[in-house]
Amino acid sequence: MSDPVLEVTNLTKNFTVKSAKGLRVIRRTVQAVSDVSLTIGAGQTVGLVGESGSGKTTVGRCVLRLIEPTSGSVKFQGEELVGMKAEQLRGLRRQMQIVFQDPYASLDPKMTVGASIAEPLDIQKVPGNHSDRVAELLELVGLAPDHARRFPHEFSGGQRQRVGVARALALNPSFIVLDEPVSALDVSIQAGVVNLLQDLQSQLGLSYLFIAHDLSVVRHISDMVAVMYLGKIMEVGPAEDLYLRAAHPYTQALLSAVPEPDPVLERERHRIMLQGDVPSPINPPSGCRFRTRCPIAQERCAQEEPALVDRGQGHPVACHFPQSVPVAVHAR
Amino acid sequence: MSAALSVRDLRVSFKTLLGTVQAVRGINFDVEPGEVLGVVGESGSGKSVSFLGIMGLLGRSAVIEGSAKVGDVELVGASPRTMRKVRGSEMAMIFQDPLSALNPVHRVGAQVAEMLLAHQHDMTKAQARARAIELLDIVGIPQPDQRARQYAHEFSGGMRQRVMIAMAIANNPKVLIADEPTTALDVTVQAQILEVIDRIRKEMGTAVVLITHDLGVVARMADRVQVMYAGRVVERGDVHSIFQQPDHPYTRGLLHSLPGLGRERLTPIPGAPPNMLQPPSGCAFRARCAHATEACAGELPELVSVRRTETACVRATELEVIS
Repeated sequence: MSDPVLEVTNLTKNFTVKSAKGLRVIRRTVQAVSDVSLTIGAGQTVGLVGESGSGKTTVGRCVLRLIEPTSGSVKFQGEELVGMKAEQLRGLRRQMQIVFQDPYASLDPKMTVGASIAEPLDIQKVPGNHSDRVAELLELVGLAPDHARRFPHEFSGGQRQRVGVARALALNPSFIVLDEPVSALDVSIQAGVVNLLQDLQSQLGLSYLFIAHDLSVVRHISDMVAVMYLGKIMEVGPAEDLYLRAAHPYTQALLSAVPEPDPVLERERHRIMLQGDVPSPINPPSGCRFRTRCPIAQERCAQEEPALVDRGQGHPVACHFPQSVPVAVHAR
Repeated sequence: MSAALSVRDLRVSFKTLLGTVQAVRGINFDVEPGEVLGVVGESGSGKSVSFLGIMGLLGRSAVIEGSAKVGDVELVGASPRTMRKVRGSEMAMIFQDPLSALNPVHRVGAQVAEMLLAHQHDMTKAQARARAIELLDIVGIPQPDQRARQYAHEFSGGMRQRVMIAMAIANNPKVLIADEPTTALDVTVQAQILEVIDRIRKEMGTAVVLITHDLGVVARMADRVQVMYAGRVVERGDVHSIFQQPDHPYTRGLLHSLPGLGRERLTPIPGAPPNMLQPPSGCAFRARCAHATEACAGELPELVSVRRTETACVRATELEVIS
C-alpha cells in the first residue's frame, strides 16, 4: 500500500459534562474516544461501526478537526493536523470533506441547491465559473444540471443526499468522512446512494471513513472495518475477515444480533444475547470496557485492559480471551 | 378460528390545502390470534397510517372508511367512548420513540397502573400497583419494584420500550400493534426487545402486527408478511415464500436492493414512490417497474394467489419464477 491518506494515532477526546447535585454543579469528564488508532490508505474505505455512544461520530469529527482532539495525532497526507494553525488548516480542508446523515438538516432550506453546492467554492475563493462546476457536480451525482435552481424541499431523501455528496465533492477532496450517509434512506433508495459512493470512489480515487451502525452496508462498502465500543476499538481487520472470523465477543454478539433477511437462517441461528445496555461513558468499567456485558468475562478482564493486538486471529483484537468459534451468520 | 383483527376495504385519506392525499386505498387483511403479521414498505406506503387509522389516532383531518373489527367490535366510525374502551384493552400499540409516549412527570409504575385502572374497574389501586410491578418483571426490567418508582428519563431507550410493552400488554389485548418498535434502538438492544415481543406472543397468545422497514426484523419475527406500496397491499404470504419466491416486482426489488454476500453491486429500484395526491391509474408501481406494460395502467390490480403468495400484479403469472 502506498502512503496512507490518513493516519490516526492514539486519538483521545474528553468532553466535560456538567451535572447538578443539589445546588452544586459537578463537572465530570466523559472519555468519548479513547486511544484510537487507524490508518486509511489511498482509495480505501474504512468502516467504523458501533452502537450509540461508542464514539464513532466523535472520531469522524476529530479527524477533520471539527472538534479539537484532547490528545493524539491525526496525520493527513503526512501533515500533522493536531495543533495546526487555522489558516493552514483551511487550505487543507479542501482535501477533506464530510457528508452527514440527515441531508435535510444539513442543507439550508432558503438556499437553492446550486447555491449550497457552490458555497464551499465561494468560501475557498476558487476562481472560475461556479455555475458550470455546479452543473458538472450535479451530473456527477446523478442529478440534472437544472436541479441547481430548486430548493431542498423539492427533492426526495435520496436526491437530497446526492446533493450533500455533490457539495462535499465541490472542492475535489481526496478524503471524505461519511457519517451515516444512508441510514435515513429507504433500502431501495439506499442502494443507489451506496452505488454512487462506490462509483465516485473509483472514478476520483477517494478515500472514505464510513461511519455507520448498519453492519451489512458497512461490510458491503468497506475494505477495513473497525468495531468500537465505549470509545475504544475492540477489533479491526479486513472486512471479510472480520465478518467471517470475528474473534471479539462483542463483535460476535453484534453480528449475531443483526437480523438477516433470511427466515430460514433466522430461525436456526444461534444468537448471542447481550444483557443490559451500554454502560455510561462517564464511568466506564475498569479493565476491559465490555466486560460488564461480556458472556465470557473473567477476573482478569476487570483488572487488566486488553491491548488491541493480533493474538493469532489474523487481525488485532482487544480481548484477553479471543474466540475462535465463528458466528453462524451470512450463510446465504 | 376467528381473526383477532379483521380489516376490509380500509381507506384513509387526508384533506390538505393541496387536495386529498389518499394514504391508504382499500386494504383487506386478517390477523389471527398468536401470529405475527409483518407489515413492510417504504416511507409513505401507508403501513403506519392504516394502523393509526384503525386505532383512531389520526385526528380530524383524516377520513377513515371501510371496516376494521376487533372481535365483534367495529372500529371505523365508532364513538370516542367505544374507542377509549377498545384502545389499551382489546388493542394496544407501541411506537418507535418510547420517550415521547411516556409521561415525564409521572413515575413509570404509576403509568402502567393507570392502564390497569382505566380498564379494570374492580381493581384497587394497591392491586394495580402490585400488578404493574409484575408486568415490569414480565418484560424483563430488573428490580421492577425499585424501577417502578423512577421516571422515564432514568430509563435507557431499551428499558423505556420495555415499559411501553408492559403498558400495552397490561390488559391482555387481543392485538398488539408494534410500529417500528426497535428502529431507534441499537442492534444488541433490538435483539432483546424482539425476544420480549416474541415471548409475549407465545405466552399470552397475542396477535402481533409488526410494522417495520427492516426486512431482517421481519424475517426473524413474522409468520406472514404483507408488503405495502402506495397505500395498497401488493403482496402477502408466509414469511418463507415472501423471501424465497416473491412474485411482485416490488417485493423482488426490495430484496434485491439489500447488500448481501457475493453482491458486488447493489440493485436500487429506480425512481421514487408516486405522489399520493394524484395516485397513478392502475398499478402504482408501474412507473418504477421493469416489467410494466400498457395493461398495468388499466385497473387497480387485486391480490390473487399466483404461486406461493398472493400478488397484486397483472403480469405475475408471466414473470419468470425466481427462487
